[in-house]
Amino acid sequence: MREYSVLIGGQAGDGVRQAGQMVARIFNRLGYYVFGYDDYPSLIRGGHNFSLVRAAEKRVLNHNPEVDVIIALNKETVEKHAWRLNNNSLVIFDGKEQIGVEGSKVLAVPMSAEVRKRRYHPLTRNTYALGIMAGALQIPLEILKDVVRSMLRKHVEENLELAELGYEEGKNHAIRRVEKLDNDPRPVLTGNEAVALGAAKAGLRFYIGYPMTPASSLLHYLAAHEDELNVITVHPENEIGVAMMAIGAAYAGARTMVGTAGGGFALMVESLSLTGQNEIPVVFVVNQRPAPATGVPTYTAQSDLHFVLNAGHGEFPRVVVSPGDVDEAFYLAGKALNLAWKYQVPAIILSDKHLAESYMTATFDESRVKPEEPVLWKPNGEFKRYLDTETGVSPMAFPGTPGAIVKVTSYEHDEYGITTEEPEVITKMVEKRMRKVKYIVEELKREETVKVYGEGETAIVTWGSTKGAVVEAAEKLGLKVIQPLYLEPFPTWAMEEALKGVKKLIDVEVNYGGALARLLKTYGIHVDAKILRYDGRPWTPHELEERLREVV
Amino acid sequence: MTVVSLETYAENTWCPGCGDFGILAAAKAAIQELVREGTPLENIVILSGIGCHGKIVDYINVNSFYSLHGRVLPAATGIKMANPELTVIGFAGDGDAYGEGVEHFVFSAKRNTDIVLVVHNNMVYGLTTGQYTPTSPKGYQGKSTPKGSPEEPMNPIALALASGATFVARGYAANKKHLIWLIKEAVKHRGFALVDVLQPCVTFYNTFPYFSKHVYDLQEEGHDTSDFMAAMEKAREWNHRLEGRVPIGIFYKVEKPTFEEELLKGRRPRQMPYIDTVSHVLKQHI
Repeated sequence: MREYSVLIGGQAGDGVRQAGQMVARIFNRLGYYVFGYDDYPSLIRGGHNFSLVRAAEKRVLNHNPEVDVIIALNKETVEKHAWRLNNNSLVIFDGKEQIGVEGSKVLAVPMSAEVRKRRYHPLTRNTYALGIMAGALQIPLEILKDVVRSMLRKHVEENLELAELGYEEGKNHAIRRVEKLDNDPRPVLTGNEAVALGAAKAGLRFYIGYPMTPASSLLHYLAAHEDELNVITVHPENEIGVAMMAIGAAYAGARTMVGTAGGGFALMVESLSLTGQNEIPVVFVVNQRPAPATGVPTYTAQSDLHFVLNAGHGEFPRVVVSPGDVDEAFYLAGKALNLAWKYQVPAIILSDKHLAESYMTATFDESRVKPEEPVLWKPNGEFKRYLDTETGVSPMAFPGTPGAIVKVTSYEHDEYGITTEEPEVITKMVEKRMRKVKYIVEELKREETVKVYGEGETAIVTWGSTKGAVVEAAEKLGLKVIQPLYLEPFPTWAMEEALKGVKKLIDVEVNYGGALARLLKTYGIHVDAKILRYDGRPWTPHELEERLREVV
Repeated sequence: MTVVSLETYAENTWCPGCGDFGILAAAKAAIQELVREGTPLENIVILSGIGCHGKIVDYINVNSFYSLHGRVLPAATGIKMANPELTVIGFAGDGDAYGEGVEHFVFSAKRNTDIVLVVHNNMVYGLTTGQYTPTSPKGYQGKSTPKGSPEEPMNPIALALASGATFVARGYAANKKHLIWLIKEAVKHRGFALVDVLQPCVTFYNTFPYFSKHVYDLQEEGHDTSDFMAAMEKAREWNHRLEGRVPIGIFYKVEKPTFEEELLKGRRPRQMPYIDTVSHVLKQHI
C-alpha cells in the first residue's frame, strides 16, 4: 500500500494544527485517504505540539509512528521525533545550522528569518515549509496553492509567494514522487464535525454547550455554521444550565443536543435523570478524555463507558451509541437524535478525544440521514402528555398547541402529568416508560448495530475510535474484529451472530479496567485476554500488532 | 366575557393558612386576566422548582414544567428561546432560586431573558420541615441550625439589581390585589422580571403578623422606578430581619434588549425548515 506520513511539530501558537490540516488537504487532492492526529498539551503558548498526517491508498483511521517527512518548526521537534524517521526520510528544519540526524536527510532553511526579513506574519512560515515539502515530494505546486487559497483567509498573497519560494528549494532535494491517484477529493472531517453534520441533517435546531476539551470544537463548529445548517448555538453559565436549557427547548418542540466531556457530563447527570422522568428527548455528546476529575484534558481515553450507561438516579431507558470513525459519527449522530425523538428518551453519543479531534476522510452517504417523524398528538379529544400506550410512547404536543395542555414533571405522575404517590399509578408509569426499550430494540434489529471486519476463530472486540488501529492490525494478522456501534440497548442478537465460530476473544480498549469486557460479561460474553492502555494516547496499528502477537 | 377555568383535579396539600394560597390565587387571577386581554391560554407556560411552592403547577390547568430544585430558570430560558411567542412564568422557592439555583438566577438577570420569576420567599425550607434558607435572618434556629444560623441573609432584590435584572419587585402573599397587579406588570415587561413574594410559612416560620403590620407600598409613597441608585437604596432598607418597615411594589423597571432578541436575531426556531443537505458545508472540507 502506498502511504506517506508527515509530522509537523512546534510550539503552541505556531499554527501546527492548521498546517497539519493543510497537509491532509494536499494529499486529499491527490486522491489519498487521509488521517490526521493532533497531540497538544493543555496550554495556549509554548509547550510542544505536533500533528501527524497519514495519507494512504486505502482508508486509514490512525496515524503511524514512522514518518517520511518531519517539518520541525523548532529544534525540540527534531529531538523528540527523530526516532520516527526511516532511511528515506526528510527533515525540514527551521534554522541556519545543519543538524545531524542519523540516516535522514536534513534540509535546514532559515524560514523564520526569511519571513521576518519580508515582514510577513509569523504564521506564513508554515506555508513556506509546506512549499519545501511539496517540492521534495514532487507534489504539483498548484495543489498547494489551491489549498492555501481555500483554507486561508488572511495574508493569502504572502502565503502563495512563500509556497513558491519553498517549492523551488524543496525541488532540489526531492526524496520521492507522490503519485496522484485516480480519486476525487473527499471531505476531511473531525469526529466532532461529523457529529455536528449528522445531527444537523436529522433536524437539529439547538446546540447548547459550555466549553470543555474535547467538545469545545463541536460548539465552535456549529456556531460558525449556524446559518448554513439552520442550527442555533447557545453557551450558557454552566453544564447544569446547558442541560436544563436543552430540556426546556425540547419541551417547546426544538430538537436539541448538548456536548461536553466526562466532567461536564457529571454536572448534567441530574438533568439526564429528569429526561428519564419527564420523557423529553435530548441528545448528549460525551467526548471522553483521561479522568478522574480534570485528568489529562487534551488527550484520549475510553474510561466513561459505565459512567454514561449508569448515569442518572432511577431506572429509565436510554440509547448509547459509540461511533469509531467519522462516517459512523455522522450516521449515529443522526440516529441518536431520531431515536431520542421517536421514543422520547435521552440518547448519548459516546465519543473520545481521538475521534472528536482527529480528522479523516469521510465517505458517508448523507441521504441516509434525515429527520424521522416522532409520534405527534392529533388534535382530537383530550390531550394526555403521558398517555399509556402499547409502545409506551405517548403522542407529543408542544406548548402553544390549541386544545393541548402540556404538563411535564420531575415527579412521578399520572397520564395527565399531575403528581402521584399511588402505588398502582407508579407501577403503571414505570412500566410504560420501560416498555419503550422493547420497541427501540425492534427498530435496532433493522439497523447495523455491530460491525464485523474479517473472519477467523480469533476475534478482537473493541469500541469507539480504537477500532481504527485494531482493524488495521487485525488485517495484518488475519484476525476478526467485532465492534458494537450501540452500547445501550446492547445488541445481543447481533453480537451472538458476530461471535459464531469465534474460539478466542481479545478485548482492546483505552482504559485500565476493560470497560467493554465488563459490559460483555453482563451479557454472558467472556473475553480471553485484554490489551489495554491508559496513558492518554490512542493505540497505533504498529504497537497493537506487537501486543496481539504476544496473546494470539 | 367568560372566565377560563384553571382548576385541576389535584388535591391541594398545602398547610391550612399557607402563604402559598395567596400566590396561587393571585397567579390564577393574573392568568385569567391575561387570557381575557388576549393572550391565548395555550401560549402560557408555568414552571416550578421543588419545595412546597412547586405544587402550584399541579393546581393550575395550563402548560407546565415541574422542574428540579433550583432549575426553573434555565428550563424557562430554553422554552422561551425555542418559542419566543410563549409567555413563560416561573415559580420558585427562596431555597430554590437563591440557594440551589443562584447561578442561574444571576445569569437570567444578566441575560435579560423575557421570563417572569415569582419567588415564594418564606425564609425557611418548609417541605423538608424547617431549615434555614438563603434569606433566613442570622440566628434563625432551624433543624440544621439549632444554635442559630451563622450566616447573614442574602438580599435578593439587591442581587437582582446588581445582576442586571430589568424588572425587580416585591409582593406580599396576603396582599392579593397588589400581587395580581405585580405579576401582570412583570408579564407585560419585556425582559427578566423578578417578583419576590413574602410568603409566610404558617408551620415553620409564621411571619404573617409582622409583615401585615410593616409592609408599605413603594408606589403609594412615591418611588422613581427608573432610578437604579434609588432602587438599590430601597432594596437595602429591609433585609429579612423582622424589624423596621418592609417596602413592597416595583423597585426598578428599565427597557433593554432581551436575550432571545439578541440570540435569535429574528429567527423563529419552530418555523425554521430542516436542511435537506449538508453538501454545501462538506465542500468546505475538501
